[in-house]
Amino acid sequence: MENKVGRNIPQEVGCYSNLKPFSGTWERDIINSNDKLISLDDVLDKLDIRDGMTISFHHHFREGDILLNKILDLLSERGIKNLTLAPSSLGSVHSEIIKHIKNGVITKIHTSGLRGQLGEKVSRGLMKEPVIIRSHGGRAGAVETGRLKIDIAFIAAPTADYAGNISGSEGPSACGALGYARVDARNAEKVVAFTDNLVDFPVDSISIPQRFVDYVVEVDKIGNPEKIASGALRKTSTIPPKNMLIAEKVAEIIGSSRYFEDNFSLQTGSGTVSLATIDILKDMMSKQEIKGSFMMGGITGGHVSLLKEGLFDKIFDTQTFDLAAVKSIAENKDHIEIDAGDYADPFNKGPLVNNLDFVILSILEIDLDFNANVITGSDGIFRGASGGHSDTAAGSNVSIVVAPSVRGRIPTIKDSVTNVVTPGSDIDILVTERGVSINPHREDLKEDIINNTDLDVMEIEELQEKVEKLTGKPKPIEFKDNIVGLIEYRDGTIIDVVREVK
Amino acid sequence: MLYLPGNNPGMLQDAHVYGADSVLFDLEDSVVISEKDAARIMVKNALKSVDYGRVEVTIRINPLDTDFSRKDIEEIVPVQPDALRLPKSESAKQIKKVDKLIEKIEKKNKIEQGSIKLMPMIETAKGVKDVDAIANASSRNVALTIGGEDLATDLGVTRTRGGEEIFTARSLIVMAAKAAGIDALDTIYSNVSDIKGLVDETKLIKKMGFSGKAVVHPRQIKPVHNVFAPSEKKIKEARKIVEAAQEAEEKGLGVITVNDKMIDYPIVDRAQRILTYAEITDK
Repeated sequence: MENKVGRNIPQEVGCYSNLKPFSGTWERDIINSNDKLISLDDVLDKLDIRDGMTISFHHHFREGDILLNKILDLLSERGIKNLTLAPSSLGSVHSEIIKHIKNGVITKIHTSGLRGQLGEKVSRGLMKEPVIIRSHGGRAGAVETGRLKIDIAFIAAPTADYAGNISGSEGPSACGALGYARVDARNAEKVVAFTDNLVDFPVDSISIPQRFVDYVVEVDKIGNPEKIASGALRKTSTIPPKNMLIAEKVAEIIGSSRYFEDNFSLQTGSGTVSLATIDILKDMMSKQEIKGSFMMGGITGGHVSLLKEGLFDKIFDTQTFDLAAVKSIAENKDHIEIDAGDYADPFNKGPLVNNLDFVILSILEIDLDFNANVITGSDGIFRGASGGHSDTAAGSNVSIVVAPSVRGRIPTIKDSVTNVVTPGSDIDILVTERGVSINPHREDLKEDIINNTDLDVMEIEELQEKVEKLTGKPKPIEFKDNIVGLIEYRDGTIIDVVREVK
Repeated sequence: MLYLPGNNPGMLQDAHVYGADSVLFDLEDSVVISEKDAARIMVKNALKSVDYGRVEVTIRINPLDTDFSRKDIEEIVPVQPDALRLPKSESAKQIKKVDKLIEKIEKKNKIEQGSIKLMPMIETAKGVKDVDAIANASSRNVALTIGGEDLATDLGVTRTRGGEEIFTARSLIVMAAKAAGIDALDTIYSNVSDIKGLVDETKLIKKMGFSGKAVVHPRQIKPVHNVFAPSEKKIKEARKIVEAAQEAEEKGLGVITVNDKMIDYPIVDRAQRILTYAEITDK
């Protein structure tokens, strides 16, 4: 058979069969970078979006996200139905999509978290199919192994060039690391970057390289970076006294530990307890001349100041939590962007969570077996996210969970948590303003805390009793049989189900 | 001593977790008139149901010249706080009246006689002038305290960082308290974000002879403790002195020597006090 350049090509030679004759430079689904930059309308045509597809978004803008709601409005207008929505997480801002669930545009959701109106409605039986809750590592694993197959990844790109190179840390809407989007970009069938800052080729610091990106679309605004840090950007002096007290205890526990030594590593969240703990640790490390190896997790200006002072060598950043940290990731070579797979995918050959010494995590509830709930409130309603909770608790050497002992009038320590996200075997220490409880299997930690601090250490049962003396024992909440959520453990097994609230 | 408004349930239930030696539930200035009843009932129930452990609980009742104060005493004494603070104490007569009233309530509720202590607050010029009589007015008195803000208002002066305007009052209160064999406790430092100002003032009042200071925010507890906490060196010395005194007593010796130096009894007392402070401030 004659090919495009006039040579005769056989269909078979020896053991090689089904040979394809050359048919032209751009003929065989080869993507030309010059064709990537197209309009919003064109991209929706070209993507060939069909009923039943799985679409993904990242949640790096947290409550400042704009793209997800907007795209779903457009898909709804086009009459698309039966989609699986698989973002890295959902916030209160996404309660807008309730209407698209009601009208059948979205029939399945896979996410790390559910909050606000959406969380409440789902808990009350809004959807026919249960929502799948995954940890950040669990999601990365599911995407990388193809268990969660993404047809189209819609990526809000703070800066992009015509060829599809994306940066998270530049531009007016810079959000820092694009750790979740990177996993999707590598694995989705089609990848579209939406940017409000189209720059000359090439973008400076590339989070996602052009080889993963099919289309680039210029839009007015992709998100509000100011809303990334809801509550996270607080000065130590405005931290509520109770959280300050908990932070002081956490710092004391870390300082008392045999694992607090040169080259230790640390992950914290972005809540006020974590922020205050970092501030105290900063002083402790300077005074004791201890230098850490790396910090990880949701990164804030607090972490950045420790890096700047040389108290840690590196920051590994999957998700950037405030604007000071966004600035740092753009400027500091030791502030390194990683993706959710690098961070926590249990099935790759070395997620960084396994290198962690200490992790500080918040919880909604904990029970006498130390099982932790971070997804549903004591009213049974979705109001949180699995996040990196079970990933870091499993990988780290010392996992510390923090919570006020009473929220509203409801005690945090339950006989049995409403839902298990992280198994108690992976949780080592509970710190509340009223006392500290240590998982009985960590004799080493108990020994250090008792020998080196004056903290009120008590069995978790005793702490529960102390709190219940004040609050009484709450009546258990009632659920229907209907299952509205499946909570996957990071390895893909189901650790708990969430039932519809009465 | 951490002040907390008596009408905030969240604060009442957590008051003792911040490391203050004593918590002060306020029924006076931090509670508006329309909330007086509610605060009284809430504090009463908090005392009944919350276990404050080793933390001393004191209630600041309403001023003795108001109708609220009598009700406060009648409702609060039966639930046995450690002490009552009496704002705007101006005469021995007032204190004696309160003493009698408490005695009656103690009897009626079968509470050990004299177990509810008193801390008169001196916060008017009149009170300062009668401070000796006030200090000696009741055997329930365990401390005199000064209310800086009200006193400044009464004197027609403004509060300053250096506190010159209440210096004399502070001195007179310390003298009267020590002469009566009780403690003198200092007023609050209201600017919560000025930790340096708080520390400077605490250093001053410690030098003057006050044994403690009221605080209005948990953040102020540690700085105050740090000022009152004796140094490691002082604690070591004190321990040596107290041990030597015990040894001398056991052996029946009249003379105490430490490092070949003779030690007087007042020095032993002082050493004992240093050790007490060391314990209170966790040093």
